[in-house]
Amino acid sequence: MLARRLVKLSPHVALLPMALTVLLAYVGGALWTLRTSFTAARTFPSDKFIGVAQYVRLFDNERWLLSLHNLAVYGALFIIACMVLGFLLAVFIDQNVKGEGVLRTVFLYPYAMSFIATGLVWQWLLAPGSGIEGALRQMGFAGFSFDWIVHQDLVVYTVVIATVWQASGLVMALMLAGLRGIDPEIYKAARLDGIPAWRTYLQIVLPMLGPSVATVFLLLTTAVVKLYDAVVAMTQGGPGIASEVPAKFIMDHLFLRSNIGLASAGAVTLLVPVLALLAPYAYARSRRARAGGAHA
Amino acid sequence: MSHHSLQAVAPPLPMTNAAPLKRRRRVTPARLGVYAFLFSAALFFLLPLYVMIITSFKPMPEIRSGNVFALPAMATLDPWRQAWGAVSQGFWNSVAIAVPSTVIPILLGAINGYALSFWRPRGANVLFGVLLAGAFIPVQVMIYPLVWMMARAGVFGSLPAIVLVHVIFGMPLMTLLFRNYYASVPHELFQAARIDGGGFWRIFLQVMLPMSLPIVVVAAIMQVTGVWNDYILGLVFAGRENLPMTVQLNNVINTTTGTRLYNVNMAATILTAAVPLAIYFISGRWFVRGIAAGAVKG
Repeated sequence: MLARRLVKLSPHVALLPMALTVLLAYVGGALWTLRTSFTAARTFPSDKFIGVAQYVRLFDNERWLLSLHNLAVYGALFIIACMVLGFLLAVFIDQNVKGEGVLRTVFLYPYAMSFIATGLVWQWLLAPGSGIEGALRQMGFAGFSFDWIVHQDLVVYTVVIATVWQASGLVMALMLAGLRGIDPEIYKAARLDGIPAWRTYLQIVLPMLGPSVATVFLLLTTAVVKLYDAVVAMTQGGPGIASEVPAKFIMDHLFLRSNIGLASAGAVTLLVPVLALLAPYAYARSRRARAGGAHA
Repeated sequence: MSHHSLQAVAPPLPMTNAAPLKRRRRVTPARLGVYAFLFSAALFFLLPLYVMIITSFKPMPEIRSGNVFALPAMATLDPWRQAWGAVSQGFWNSVAIAVPSTVIPILLGAINGYALSFWRPRGANVLFGVLLAGAFIPVQVMIYPLVWMMARAGVFGSLPAIVLVHVIFGMPLMTLLFRNYYASVPHELFQAARIDGGGFWRIFLQVMLPMSLPIVVVAAIMQVTGVWNDYILGLVFAGRENLPMTVQLNNVINTTTGTRLYNVNMAATILTAAVPLAIYFISGRWFVRGIAAGAVKG
């Protein structure tokens, strides 16, 4: 009797760590932050509710607004560049080329490196005078200038370059896996119809890669929202506050500026685009699960 | 994933005529274009690695006067010695963090995946859905409440704290990997073990775990790489004594005043990237498998 009851209980006991993680860390943490964003908390949590005052303050804050602006510019460029470069690499690798294995290894290795290492390498490469700029000047292009990293209006683009270098191999790998799943007959049929190769890829193959593209888009978008390490390593948010991003704004206000209330309001704001993106994805998933039965 | 190997033959190049068996490619302009593109892309990807390596062997005067792309004229190992002195503590800290932060999440992920796939207790799938969604939420949302809870429990800023945080944030991916792996195991196998009188833990330990080696390898690759490359969690939770290598590296390079020793910096950066890069180069396709398995959420 007892043994049977134990067996029935075991799965629940086994899933206890997961339940605690979900309820305490994820749900509890998010609710705690939501609550804190409505309080006047500074160094310590507070029970003094002040409505949406923190949000008003947040969207009055020049640094936060600049961070959002940077994130929008960075996000759009990063996602587009990664997608285009990754897709092109996958398509070109898929042309039966020699040395495919070597090329794949070369395109993906930066993804194994941390954003910190990535940021530091590119900081060195882009350092005005001594990096690429200095090298090209020595080669005889005396007037050559590439000082974006110390330029207020251009510094964001250097972060794009470094992170695209790090992440586009991932897009290549996922797209290539998608391409390998496509029936080769399609290429043959398109060729017989006299459709040029580039149109075959753009108008026939790309739409067939829909699920891969969606996955890649989701992964890249979450990477954009989480952008922190690369900026810390490369520019520390500078010059001035020119390359600040929301994740860094939140971290600075949590741990350096003792303004938990404001930081929490920022964190909740950051959560909105993520949830907006996840909702349709989760909806599609649950619909698929219902249509396909329990084993989906 | 499973039909991947069947598709090993790449689709034929669109612009050449399809002679089915022995086809010899003529060198067409299009073909040259393909190689030109791939070659320039490879240069772009290799350039930082090349510059990192050669810079780490140059003495400082050569860096100041020379060209960033030029090979070292007088190669020296001094920067490497200095770099190891600067980040070796971080290296051992990262090892101390990475070992339990890999073993525990894999074990929990395996148990979760097994329970979710075969026992399906009520409500477990909802829990799992929330866990997966959690993987997409920026850590900034959860970081302060965790700091607060751990400070109250008196473990904040310690090795157990950073390990616990890695367990929490590694759980979505680890659970997903094992759940999907066990979903491909025939249910009859589980039924047979049940009929033989196997209980929850016995079936897990004697039937499921022994056949999980491939996914354990994939999970270990993913988790070690993720933990080793983490910066933000180590910075916040590890405490002064246990700062991981990434944090120490960034401190050495970005908060040191005075002349920048680029050669030492690059050597230290290579040292910090060495573990995940070694895993990547050695594991090869397994690494890609891990990415693919982790990317297909659900």
